[in-house]
Amino acid sequence: MNSPENLLLKNATVVNPESSQVADVLIQNGKITEVAAHIENSEAHIIDLKGKFIFPGFIDLHVHLREPGQEEKETLATGLAAAVHGGITAVCSMPNTNPITDNEYFIKFLVDKAWEINKAKLYPIGAITKQSKGEEISEIVSMIRAGAMAFSDDGLPLENMLVLRRALQYIQPYNKPIILHCENKHLSLDGSMNEGELSTILGLPGIHRACEEASIAQSIEVAKYFGRIHIAHVSTKGSVEIIRLAKQRGIAVTAETAPHYFALTEKDVNNYNTNAKMNPPLRTEEDRRAIIEGLRDGTLDAIATDHAPHAVDDKNKEFNLAAFGIIGLETSVMVTMQKLVQEEGFPLELIAKICSTNPANILGVHSGHVKAGYVADLTVINKEANWEVKDYQLYSKSKNTPFIGMQGKGKAFMTIVNGKIAWQEKV
Amino acid sequence: MINEKPKSLLGLKDLTRLEIENILQQATLFKEIFNRPIKKVATLSNKVVVSLFYEPSTRTKASFDLALRMLGAGSLGFTPASSSVTKGETLIDTVKNLESMGVDAIIIRHGMGGAPHLVASNTNIPVVNAGDGFNEHPTQALLDMFTMIEEKGYIEGKKVAIIGDIMHSRVARSNIWGLTKCGAKVIVCGPPSLIPVGIESLGVTVTNNVEEAIEDADFINVLRVQLERQKGSFFPSTREYHREYGITAQRLKKAKSDAIIMHPGPMNRGVEISTEVADGPYNVILEQVRNGVAVRMAVLYMLLMRSKEI
Repeated sequence: MNSPENLLLKNATVVNPESSQVADVLIQNGKITEVAAHIENSEAHIIDLKGKFIFPGFIDLHVHLREPGQEEKETLATGLAAAVHGGITAVCSMPNTNPITDNEYFIKFLVDKAWEINKAKLYPIGAITKQSKGEEISEIVSMIRAGAMAFSDDGLPLENMLVLRRALQYIQPYNKPIILHCENKHLSLDGSMNEGELSTILGLPGIHRACEEASIAQSIEVAKYFGRIHIAHVSTKGSVEIIRLAKQRGIAVTAETAPHYFALTEKDVNNYNTNAKMNPPLRTEEDRRAIIEGLRDGTLDAIATDHAPHAVDDKNKEFNLAAFGIIGLETSVMVTMQKLVQEEGFPLELIAKICSTNPANILGVHSGHVKAGYVADLTVINKEANWEVKDYQLYSKSKNTPFIGMQGKGKAFMTIVNGKIAWQEKV
Repeated sequence: MINEKPKSLLGLKDLTRLEIENILQQATLFKEIFNRPIKKVATLSNKVVVSLFYEPSTRTKASFDLALRMLGAGSLGFTPASSSVTKGETLIDTVKNLESMGVDAIIIRHGMGGAPHLVASNTNIPVVNAGDGFNEHPTQALLDMFTMIEEKGYIEGKKVAIIGDIMHSRVARSNIWGLTKCGAKVIVCGPPSLIPVGIESLGVTVTNNVEEAIEDADFINVLRVQLERQKGSFFPSTREYHREYGITAQRLKKAKSDAIIMHPGPMNRGVEISTEVADGPYNVILEQVRNGVAVRMAVLYMLLMRSKEI
């Protein structure tokens, strides 16, 4: 009688980007069918979520799942399980797999496999250019037909502005975003951390902020004429200012930042901590402040983790040789709740927006609201839960995160994907 | 504490003024051995130390080897070209293997900043940094400071000009840490493209005018132009560098008449320093090299004797 397909979530606070209210949520056949005070339904399985907060499902626009090619770091199975464990209902997988995800068959492989795994949803990202070489655009439309939701050559900047122009024009009828990893490789050279006082003190080659900002500015000026771009992993104050101005000028640009850019600074690299090495690198307190204000005022549209799993051996070596990147799927909600809600007083409605509604809009998927008619992808948060990040609790195959040992308040309590409970806190 | 890691010398950044002065004091005692007919003590005769040089070196390697011999210790040389490093062995595996064989300390030079720190955190024997990337070269700075004290009696209040490629110089960084801790006034000078961001935060003055830098200086430490580290165009030619930043007899007329000229070697004659100056009256370049042995004896002695006490 109590069909698991039908859930009645009672007494939680329902958070939408516009407003929040205590209400019941009825889910039938994978969709939200009613949100109202005091719903009665004898068919549905009733879950009392008093004191909890129901958000539209969090979408992570930027994740590396490493399959195919580097299954020792992460697989679709472990990555999608890690996502729901962290309160993320859908992830966008970057195409820098081996081989590169640059054709419809690889997209189909990912879509089918994610379907079998049946944890978080997968929105695959295809390569903009063949082999991500930055030379010729790949079969973008065939990939869209197979399920690709966005395009990027992430890991590498798209340096040839003519190729960017062509890609933006070619993709226009399909309303799928081009996601850009903005980095001027001439400026970044062989740098391994933020160029500044600390790189001077540690004697490490720096990555100057100009290398990100110059590339963003250049891409924006092309997007002004030819289409819509989404800027990946914004890390500097200057980038926030460039994007803010571009939005004021009416240019079709959106942008994401990652939890580590609003939670950490280059100081976390001290003593050559390779688990704080990523590209772009952790910047300064001034940048961290600007990233937070960028999220607050809407300049930055989304929080995306740039989840980048690496094996112990890839990190336990000379700082210059250690791989760039940290994992983030399982700490994103926690760090966001602590740093933005607890410390910065972000309203929960804004969290719904930057973690769900905006990413959904960027991808063009019909989600991001807890309202009748929307898909039942939901992130339930316990705002009062205290946590400490411990490596053995992570579902991800890799443990490369500087957040291990961090403590805070507010974490995922339950993750619902297509109306089914994909993960819930053991009580 | 029983489980405490043995002390290592990773950089002057981590040392206090007192610790630096203790090493220099110890070096004075060892330098005295140079004047003996038999230049050897048996202090470390039961120790074996391995030197891992991942970058080429003449002075530093020979200096450490001599220091070990004079202390009676066994030394084990190692160059990556003739080792398992060419088979892809990681740094951590290499040093753990050597530790397992029973070496008592590791001296390491490496092209990447922080490599000695990685070794220290993965072994339980003392590690001596013999130069890591452009981070630190602590024994070089110690021998520079030792030489300064020999020449002028003390460091406190002295003005030291460091001229050249500050950005890629581990010698500059270690000198800055050590000298500022011991109360010297340090001014660094070089083309703006070779001055690292935020160097002022280390307590130094920056100028791009070489005359201004050497004016009133008690010591002029001329850095080697590291042609092998010049990725990207930091300056257009050695010719122009010499004209604008080279230390020449002509320029030295602006300095104090008894200003001491130092250079960590190897020199590019005619680039950062003219031959006239390099071989001139106030150069102590070869004395620096000689002092290097005494300073390294002091460092090895103090690290290895201490670790024995634990």
